[in-house]
Amino acid sequence: MDFDHTEERRMLSDTIGKFITKNYPIEKRVIAANSDLGFSKENWLKFHELGVSHALFSEEFNGFGGHGFDIAVVFEALGKGLVVEPIFGSLIAGDILSHSEEHSDILQDIILGTKRVAFAHFEEQSGYEGNNIVTKASDGKISGVKSMVQFANGVDNLIVSATDCDELKLYLVNAKADGINISDYQTVDGGRAAEITLNNVIGKELRINAEEVLVSTLGKGILALSSEALGIMEHIKELTIKYLQTRSQFGLQLGKFQALQHRVAQVLLEIEQARSAIINASTSLQDTGDQREKSLSACKMTIGRVGQLVAEEAIQMHGGIGMTWEYELGHYAKRLIMIDHELGDEDYHIAKFSSYYMS
Amino acid sequence: MDVNFTKKQEEFRSEVREFLTSIIPIKLADKIEHNKPLSKEDMQNWHNILNKKGWLASSWPQKYDGTGWGVVEQFIFEDELAAANAPRIVPFGLRMLAPVLMKFGTKDQCDYWLPRILNGSDWWCQGYSEPGAGSDLASLKTSAIKDGDHYIVNGQKTWTTLAQHANMIFNLVRTSNEGKPQQGISFLMIDMSSPGIEVRPIKTIDGGHEINEVWFTNVRVPIENLVGEENKGWTYAKYLLSHERNNIATVGISKKKLQKLKDIAKIEKRNGRPLIKDPLFAARLAKLEVNLLNMETTNLRVLSEAEKGGEPGAESSMLKIIGSEICQELDHLQRRAAGRYGRIFRPEALEDGFNGEEIGPFFAHTASSTYFNNRKVSIYGGSNEIQKNIITKMIVRL
Repeated sequence: MDFDHTEERRMLSDTIGKFITKNYPIEKRVIAANSDLGFSKENWLKFHELGVSHALFSEEFNGFGGHGFDIAVVFEALGKGLVVEPIFGSLIAGDILSHSEEHSDILQDIILGTKRVAFAHFEEQSGYEGNNIVTKASDGKISGVKSMVQFANGVDNLIVSATDCDELKLYLVNAKADGINISDYQTVDGGRAAEITLNNVIGKELRINAEEVLVSTLGKGILALSSEALGIMEHIKELTIKYLQTRSQFGLQLGKFQALQHRVAQVLLEIEQARSAIINASTSLQDTGDQREKSLSACKMTIGRVGQLVAEEAIQMHGGIGMTWEYELGHYAKRLIMIDHELGDEDYHIAKFSSYYMS
Repeated sequence: MDVNFTKKQEEFRSEVREFLTSIIPIKLADKIEHNKPLSKEDMQNWHNILNKKGWLASSWPQKYDGTGWGVVEQFIFEDELAAANAPRIVPFGLRMLAPVLMKFGTKDQCDYWLPRILNGSDWWCQGYSEPGAGSDLASLKTSAIKDGDHYIVNGQKTWTTLAQHANMIFNLVRTSNEGKPQQGISFLMIDMSSPGIEVRPIKTIDGGHEINEVWFTNVRVPIENLVGEENKGWTYAKYLLSHERNNIATVGISKKKLQKLKDIAKIEKRNGRPLIKDPLFAARLAKLEVNLLNMETTNLRVLSEAEKGGEPGAESSMLKIIGSEICQELDHLQRRAAGRYGRIFRPEALEDGFNGEEIGPFFAHTASSTYFNNRKVSIYGGSNEIQKNIITKMIVRL
């Protein structure tokens, strides 16, 4: 048994970490996250130069990773820096396309960062489940409304789900095709999302088993989001410990008060539990079937619970300063909490995990 | 024992309800219903409406043109205000400064300042916290040094709520460095238009602006603006907190929020069924509701004691803790109910006259912002950790 990451993965994590420390100050991140685009194009390209997206795909696709632990290491490192650039979108779109024999050119562009593709799947009624898609396709023409599509503004292509004669299919669509309307807005955690209306839009059907691919890809998405959350929690932990060491009230450092010592201890042990959940999910990611799904739900429900605890406790222990826009904690806390609103919240995954008891 | 309100109290409730529903401007109630931000004019407008009816000073004695209501009537009034989607009454003058003036101020001070609170001439804000004095409020450093018939004030206050609207601030200042820190504090009323005062906005986690820094540089304050005695300000500040006990738990507001949350959970769908039928969400809701029901009775027990003339003890702190936890759990569940739409951030959609696209359920537009904003309620007014210290100090007596 060995719980250390390989040397290659540690080096990649260090590289991302060093880049963030040197070139990704929180002030600039907050400005980029609240800009019209929702991220920095310059940093988008720089992260690709570092190889973040190559690490998400296997050698078969000119990457150098693609394992669960590669995803975990990359997104934890990005989370620590509260990176807003939509590398998550590249993982999702790229992973879907990797199942298709065609479109390897677009996949290469995604890995290089020269193209952005948004994942237009979820709809207003679809909730976290996403299995009741009402967007319809007929003769390769798609009509429907997609909701809260991440970073859709300015993308080159969309991957759109639709049913054709009750069969769920995935389509590759040019984002500038006739009949598409993209209306985008800010999100609480910085960045953008969009409502996308498709009216008889021509799409190229991906020759893959859409349902199977979605399960596989969204599982990777859950691991990526959870790992990002872990990185965020690590950073919040550092901020909070530093604050308890430096801030004094009643003539004592805050960290000397036992009431706070016990609370920070609880936060620390829960973060370790979250890390273990991610290790379990990373290991199971290569499996198929119930064990994989259970492990991913176990991970996301742990992240949901622990994320809320960490965000709330960190703000409380900081006091007023934790409530301000100027101090970095709030931005980390917002992203951490918002991760519970993507790909299933704590309750959704508790229900999913427990649904396997009877099967 | 009788846990019911008297017939007279029930009649009072009907009267209040009837009046409130007839008088609240629809636009204002709509803003409260949908959690939209209130302008200064909105708050003044509501202040004036209640003042015209004579119900603004619901906790004041008739001697000062208050309603003279008992604590139970005040509780019922708060309940009905929340139920009717009335805006919160801005508390700084009415509920914080006024009781201190009545108890410790001079007759001249009461005669001059109290009517100005009622008629809206003054908008007060509270100068308590400082960058180095939060939970440890008594370590505050803003100094007031006597110079003839003036104090010269220097220092900085922070987290000052709605200071951007205020023309007056009541400030805790240091007038002595001798003895324990609590012994050198005085309570001073300061005109915000005095030379040397600067208000700097603080943007909060949710992107809003309700708190500020207030800086004082050689600000001259007439000595007649001192309340009570010099160096006794800590006593007055503590009195202010204990005086808040009657409505510190904001039972009425939480009851209204719970009702809204249930309505939302009946409409929102999860996995093809209403959210309220999701056993996990329903369990969260049930625990919250029971907690709230218990708190209401706890609060009424405290009021009943107060009616009999009981001295306030640890119960203010208890109610503050429970009330803030319930408020935060309500906001948490509302955020959870928003699902994928909990991430929407469109402040523009909350502005008057917005006619843009509808995205997801409307409550989702404010669910997460409100959740983050209300993390403050367990921090302000003496953090919940400080309240727990007070409880153990009063009850465990080590």
